[in-house]
Amino acid sequence: MTQAVATSIDTSWEADPAPAAKTRTYWQSVLIRIFRDKATLIFGTVVLAIVLLAIFAPLIAPFDPYKESIIGRLKPFGWRGHPLGTDELGRDMLSRLIYGARSSLLMGMVPVLVATLVGGTLGVIGGFAGKRVNTAIMRTMDVFYAFPSVLLAVAISGAMGGGMMNGMIALSMVFTPALCRIAETATAQVRSLDFIEAARATGARPLTIIRHHVLGNVLGPVFIYASSLVSVSILLASGLSFLGLGVKPPEPDWGLMLSTLRQSLYVNPIICAMPGAAIFVTSICFNLVSDGIRSAMDVRQ
Amino acid sequence: MSGVFQSAAMAPLEDRGGAAQPLLIARDLVRHFKVKGVGLGEEAAVRAVDGVSFSLFKGETLGVVGESGCGKSTLARLVMHLIQLGSGELIFDGEGVGAPDGVSVDDLRRQVQMVFQDSASSLNPRMPIRDSVAFGPYVHGKSKEESRRIAREMLGRVGLNPDLFGPRYPHELSGGQKQRVNIARALAISPRMVILDEAVSALDKSVEAQVLNLLRELRRSFNLTYLFISHDLNVVQYISDRVLVMYLGQVVELGPVDDIFSRPLHPYTRALLGSRSSMDPANRIEEPPITGDPPSPIDPPSGCRFRTRCPHAEAVCELTMPRLGQWLNRDSHVAACHMHEPGSGHTLAVGNA
Repeated sequence: MTQAVATSIDTSWEADPAPAAKTRTYWQSVLIRIFRDKATLIFGTVVLAIVLLAIFAPLIAPFDPYKESIIGRLKPFGWRGHPLGTDELGRDMLSRLIYGARSSLLMGMVPVLVATLVGGTLGVIGGFAGKRVNTAIMRTMDVFYAFPSVLLAVAISGAMGGGMMNGMIALSMVFTPALCRIAETATAQVRSLDFIEAARATGARPLTIIRHHVLGNVLGPVFIYASSLVSVSILLASGLSFLGLGVKPPEPDWGLMLSTLRQSLYVNPIICAMPGAAIFVTSICFNLVSDGIRSAMDVRQ
Repeated sequence: MSGVFQSAAMAPLEDRGGAAQPLLIARDLVRHFKVKGVGLGEEAAVRAVDGVSFSLFKGETLGVVGESGCGKSTLARLVMHLIQLGSGELIFDGEGVGAPDGVSVDDLRRQVQMVFQDSASSLNPRMPIRDSVAFGPYVHGKSKEESRRIAREMLGRVGLNPDLFGPRYPHELSGGQKQRVNIARALAISPRMVILDEAVSALDKSVEAQVLNLLRELRRSFNLTYLFISHDLNVVQYISDRVLVMYLGQVVELGPVDDIFSRPLHPYTRALLGSRSSMDPANRIEEPPITGDPPSPIDPPSGCRFRTRCPHAEAVCELTMPRLGQWLNRDSHVAACHMHEPGSGHTLAVGNA
């Protein structure tokens, strides 16, 4: 046995085995950094508020979002107790916006989540395995890349029929190749670094290496790109709805509302702009929050 | 230090072959890399390592020197099985690596560890350094707490206070500190052999000296065997017991450090030693003893690979490849040169009257 040999190196700290300070885990320090970042906190609160509005829509909405009125069409803010006026069929605008958050958030987030999981997994596998596996995965993705994303979404949901579920599946398939490529590039970059070699030299299995050494370095770029896709997804979903392939009228949906109100642009432009404003605020908040989280996840600060 | 100091370290695997058995024997290691683009449809091979044989005795430091691109790093990765062996065999402590009745690659990696040149890219930038050090023991089945304890001890052994440095990230450390962490990481699973691939080359001189002394001390206290790869002759002279000189993927000379540095046999070794800058103004180098780049390893010269740059090259050097003489023990000093092969046909060959 050869351990326990005294060396000239100072080992006085051996006497105190309890490390008191600075034993935060990685995620704890990420949280602390997020709480120090005012902008991210504020925009995060807005996102949270939108999510809560969507969940508790029936409790919050002042009117029935489906109740039409033949005389009260396209009325301005505050008309007969309608805070944001009424739409082209006389329905309460605020209630429709609150209910519309439901489908818009779902259509915005679910496809991105699915695509991140599927595309991210495929990308990490391809990037780490390299060679033939990588070629097989990435060339398949390239086939999807060849089509414009809107066209692809329309084609897929057109083939499968309309409805929200099929719309979400179509959007997931649209986003998967892009996320796969981001994950693949990031993984291939990390894989060539010496610390992966060092981990292999330690005798670690590929899955262990991916879990401990690759994911942490790949998550950042994937995350930032995925969050920027949320707003794109909301817009694409509204495009699908407009073509009758996504959410169907009279369901309240921001994209659908935007396209039906389009015709009334010269009658009451402010009302017509409301769903667009909702989409704008939501997507910009998502982008800013994801940016804040990404920089909080970066240890070089 | 008290006598009751309890080490958390993993126990090193026991010596199986006995003291006389070399820890590592490499026989005719070959690795060629395919390259494309030489011509349409043509394929060529870079002969990175082309028939390298040596033995590494227990407890010694074998220095490997040579120019950039001579296959030193490829050799290190071959020994570590990070890249596939083209042909040849490795025998670790008397047992063939990867052989059916021998030692598996996994077992080899439990006993051989490596320290890389680039101290920055060899640490995960998103991992506190104590986790980087603890990763090895964790992979080898230690619990998280135990791995952390080992990491603490190893950081201490390389002269970094674990409370101060443990939670830090690599970018918060200097180059020398990072390389200490890399050494700690390599030692964390208690290997018997450590490959140091240009481990001090990227450090500045004062830090280099500290790390070299640390390596010497660790070798003694952990009973390690080093394969020390460097292009820096002074460093190799300082730390090595024996030296192996490589040229274009082949071993040209092998021998005890003092013999190599005081009476080099191979013209290439002589040229290398002659290229060292001298501190003595009276002994200044007037002209470079060796010029030009080494020939391409894709299409190496026939016969002796050094003949294109060798001042003593003769017809025989072009025709036949000189063999490295047989080495028997730690004191053997051999060179692959026709001048040191009796009856080779070279006019300057030993034994020619």
